[in-house]
Amino acid sequence: MAERCAVIGVGQTHHKAKREDVSIAGLVREAALRALDDAELTFADIDAVVIGKAPDMFEGNMMPELYLAPALGAVGKPMIRVHTAGSVGGSTSIVAAHLIASGIHKRVLTVAYEKQSDSDAMWALSVPQPFAAPLLAGAGGYFAPHIRAYMRRSGAPDHIGCMVAVKDRQNAMRNPYAHLHLPDIDMKTVQESVMLWDPLHYLEACPSSDGAAAMVLAAEDSLSGRYPPAWVHGMAMRSEPTMFAGRDQVNPRAGRDCSADVYVQAGITDPRAQIDVAEIYVPFSWYEPMWLENLGFCALGDGWKLTEAGATAFDGDIPWNTSGGVLSSNPIGASGMLRFLEVAMQVRGQAGEHQIDGARIALGQAYGGGSQFFSMWVVGSEKP
Amino acid sequence: MSAARAVRPVSVASFAQAQNVRRDDQRNEVEGLLPVIAEAFGAIGITKDDVDFICSGSTDYLVGGPFSFVMALDAVGVWPPRSESHVEMDGAWALYEAWVLLQEGKVDAALVYSFGRSSLGDLNEILTLQLDPYTMAPLWPDIVSLNALQARALIDAGKATEADFAAVASRSRRDALANPKAQVAGDIPVETLLEDEYVVAPLRRHALPPITDGAAAIVLAAGDKATRWSERPAWITGFDHRIETHALGARDLTASPSTAKAGEVAGVAAGPVDLAEIHAPFAHQELIVREALGLDGTVTVNPSGGALAANPIMSAGLIRIGEAASRIAAGQADRAVAHATSGPCLQQNLVCVLEGA
Repeated sequence: MAERCAVIGVGQTHHKAKREDVSIAGLVREAALRALDDAELTFADIDAVVIGKAPDMFEGNMMPELYLAPALGAVGKPMIRVHTAGSVGGSTSIVAAHLIASGIHKRVLTVAYEKQSDSDAMWALSVPQPFAAPLLAGAGGYFAPHIRAYMRRSGAPDHIGCMVAVKDRQNAMRNPYAHLHLPDIDMKTVQESVMLWDPLHYLEACPSSDGAAAMVLAAEDSLSGRYPPAWVHGMAMRSEPTMFAGRDQVNPRAGRDCSADVYVQAGITDPRAQIDVAEIYVPFSWYEPMWLENLGFCALGDGWKLTEAGATAFDGDIPWNTSGGVLSSNPIGASGMLRFLEVAMQVRGQAGEHQIDGARIALGQAYGGGSQFFSMWVVGSEKP
Repeated sequence: MSAARAVRPVSVASFAQAQNVRRDDQRNEVEGLLPVIAEAFGAIGITKDDVDFICSGSTDYLVGGPFSFVMALDAVGVWPPRSESHVEMDGAWALYEAWVLLQEGKVDAALVYSFGRSSLGDLNEILTLQLDPYTMAPLWPDIVSLNALQARALIDAGKATEADFAAVASRSRRDALANPKAQVAGDIPVETLLEDEYVVAPLRRHALPPITDGAAAIVLAAGDKATRWSERPAWITGFDHRIETHALGARDLTASPSTAKAGEVAGVAAGPVDLAEIHAPFAHQELIVREALGLDGTVTVNPSGGALAANPIMSAGLIRIGEAASRIAAGQADRAVAHATSGPCLQQNLVCVLEGA
């Protein structure tokens, strides 16, 4: 019988291009200590640690959980290291939540990070492999054709992506932890920024960040913390192969199946009506309208219309990425967990300037690989 | 795991491993893995449609490129999309993640696999990259040398001799003669082994693991599936893992408190142990783990030959669980302990207790 699980503490670093003031251990510890402080606990109260990050070659440190165990207070405890590509921050949260839901542990610390300035992610992604097509263009070059396909299918006008880029950066102005604070951003500056991967301009792409995120998860009989708990109402992961004839890379079935699973668990039948706020993995602007459709917030082909009408804006009926999203902070391994963490902050009422009043049910989503790995959770202010 | 919690019975329903070899030039990692998964499914007459969850263990640093697990998953063929996860750890920890999910009672079967080709690079130097990247890795201490320090500490503490290391190696390679998947096997007496040259003193060639390309797969089952898929299920009755500090200078290298703690939580001492499969890549480590688990001379240790007979990185721990379960399923043991390790000098350890009906 599954036990209830709640988020009782959250913490994150100030995300920056280069955090030269801390080591990797210092970075993850900064987020972990903030999460423990928020939960009004110390490392001694924690039963197990679950850590996640994107490929080890991003920092050049193999299986870094070994090196990070003492910095995260894990000595003498179980420690698990998750790696599921870009969705890893979400998957890590889910693996940690299952340690509570299974009844095995009472309080689990989960942490995710990337310290991109320690190495070169573009290099790490581009190591030639025998018999495999090289990914020399990096993620933006990989996704740009999918975005073009979406535009062709839906008939979306060119300016939609730029609108997302402006909206998310304006939201980031409300979030003191966000990497990018661009007070003067507007449609013109985005449209005039250099074209990196047509149709993506420079300002429509996520930054490269150093940063970490952490959460304390607890069982129903082990609650504490400065704010009310965020209850996990549903969680799921889905994966599908990178490529095969007939695969829909614009609207992947794994994403649709994953949301369908999590909605059933959370009792959601009308996402747009029932979900108060959502943090969705949008590393390139156009993924907002694409995921609006994939997640069932609207009919196929209508995602861009919601964006254009301002439905996803801070004052819209379905605010998306009120934290500024991946477009404003992208410590890759942590980017998924930041989505899961931000929605917990919303339903706990601790999001400060980017708080949506009365947020009670919220969706966090992360994706990775070639839009093939998905992790999602729905959290709520009420007990499920 | 709290003592009060009732463990949901989950069995190791099927186990398969690749032929362990020094270098498989004919196949890449994925091609080496797929026949192993097919064998694990085929042995109990199921397909991937019969499992609810997939979890794997691998490391990018063996193949030297990011996302090595992605290509493996592509080949496994997760279509329609599957609930799936991956740990950058030995497959034994992937098995733990799957076991945790099965504890909730919502799903009943999982596929767990791991793979790696240690032959593709200089393993001894690659594993150095596991060390603290600021203070240790730049000094480039190789893993054989670090383990030699641990062996030296055992000798200096009066806990073991070089002859004890040789006895472990002699017994392991002799037992491996009965393991058709073993890479290194032979009947060589201790006295002969002690004539080996040192690789790094006090470790002679025989006290080191072979370098192995390999893969392994396990099907976990609960409920009806567990009894339907096995005549004599090997039930997991206790499962835990613990980590120690990374700072070698802050550890007593002659002991393994993380193994002892995991063994205590998994309930090793709650009944008699017929056999133990210990993941000890270096001969002296078997002695440390035996002591930490409190195993006396009546326990059969590493009847498969252990990691000294074949050490496919990322799979060698999962194989210990599979080997122990296979012997329970075959009626050769009623209660077994399987152990897996990760990190330099036994930094992280996992203990799984398995029982027959």
